[in-house]
Amino acid sequence: MRQVAVVGTGKTAFGAFPDRDLRSLAVEAGRKCLENGQARPDQIQAFYLGNFAGPSFTGQNHLAPYISTALGMKGIPATRFEAACASGGSAFFHAVSAVMAGLYDTVMVLGVEKMTSQSTARVTEILASAGEVSGEIAAGSTFPSLFGMIARRHMFEFGTTRENLAAVAVKNHENGALNPDAHMRKVITLEQALNARMIAEPLGLYDCSLISDGAAAVIVTAMERAGEFNRKPVRVLGIAQASDYLALDQKDDITTFPAVRAAARKAYELAGLGPREVEFAEVHDCFTIAEVIATEDLGFCERGEGGRFASAGCTRRGGEKPVNASGGLKSKGHPVGATGVAQICDVVQQIRCEAGERQLTRHSIGLAQNLGGSGATCVVSILGAS
Amino acid sequence: MTGIVYSDTVVHAAPAAFAEEAPYQVAIVQLEGGTKTTARIIGGERVKIGDRVVQSGSAFRKEALRKEG
Repeated sequence: MRQVAVVGTGKTAFGAFPDRDLRSLAVEAGRKCLENGQARPDQIQAFYLGNFAGPSFTGQNHLAPYISTALGMKGIPATRFEAACASGGSAFFHAVSAVMAGLYDTVMVLGVEKMTSQSTARVTEILASAGEVSGEIAAGSTFPSLFGMIARRHMFEFGTTRENLAAVAVKNHENGALNPDAHMRKVITLEQALNARMIAEPLGLYDCSLISDGAAAVIVTAMERAGEFNRKPVRVLGIAQASDYLALDQKDDITTFPAVRAAARKAYELAGLGPREVEFAEVHDCFTIAEVIATEDLGFCERGEGGRFASAGCTRRGGEKPVNASGGLKSKGHPVGATGVAQICDVVQQIRCEAGERQLTRHSIGLAQNLGGSGATCVVSILGAS
Repeated sequence: MTGIVYSDTVVHAAPAAFAEEAPYQVAIVQLEGGTKTTARIIGGERVKIGDRVVQSGSAFRKEALRKEG
């Protein structure tokens, strides 16, 4: 298999942008990415779009060529990947796989979601369609409630507390406050997090990520072609995607995500390294409990210890394993289809030492973990300086 | 059909279709035989992990305490 590199990144700010439509966000990210990689549209041989629910949110379908042609890419394969909140990560995984296999030399991966044109109740309903609609969702489950049940069980089995979850929220807001592109650049206190209104018990407002608009893009190329793009290439050391049941009640144990463990195992194996060598990570904190479990499933701490790992400060920027230095989905925002691609942009930015005030001191090997639904898809990517 | 509460939540921010019923409790119930199902908890009494529940239509309710002796 060929070695693969990321040579360009581009992102819009994340937030609520009533005047922007889906395509204008995507085009902004795509153009910034071409500029950052010093690439021309005619050098892109295929277009991989990550988008969860553009048709439901905006009414527009057939989104991949709708966007690629607006970026000046004519005639190339342009395809949309949907894997709930892992849509962006899945598009990246398939793009990297195609370049590794020699199908293309240079491709663009772009993730986008336009969510804020719908009411929160309608957004909740659209997001719930990533669960098993005929079962758990028909019973009245929402995504926060699925993760609420995960949190309750994690608390029951391992003694995790609401304070542990709040520590994740406080830390991610502290990081996001330094990120000029973040949706909510606001520092919060532990008390604010604990006293916020309930969304789905035991998860309160600050345990949940945001409903955002935004887009992110990267250019992936074969390492031997990276020189054409005149940017510090960042190597994809290992990448894997794995799957599991949609419905939570089908799983033997809801306090761990088998798809995360499977994808991590494979990605570590391809990269020839383990969790110890990973210096920092961007993980899928759609809810605070998801970050807690991610740190366990990725092997950064022991099973059941994720809450205490967060409260001890181990995942802060100065801690032993900085997690979500970007602010995470929690503070940066979570335009669903853009998230997995934005995580890659954030990891690349750290490796290139371009993260400004959020720059970590150890930043040569970073991991991105993108989770779909309540764990039915997971993509783990490990990137390193070349 | 009876079962045991495996996990639960109380939904405050409901989807449009169930907005008028919020807040309401949803649980994953482990049935006899081991399979699990997700269902609404009705009957006015909240349940917690480990509680015994009885099926009532498509929902479950907390099992009444058995009389001693």
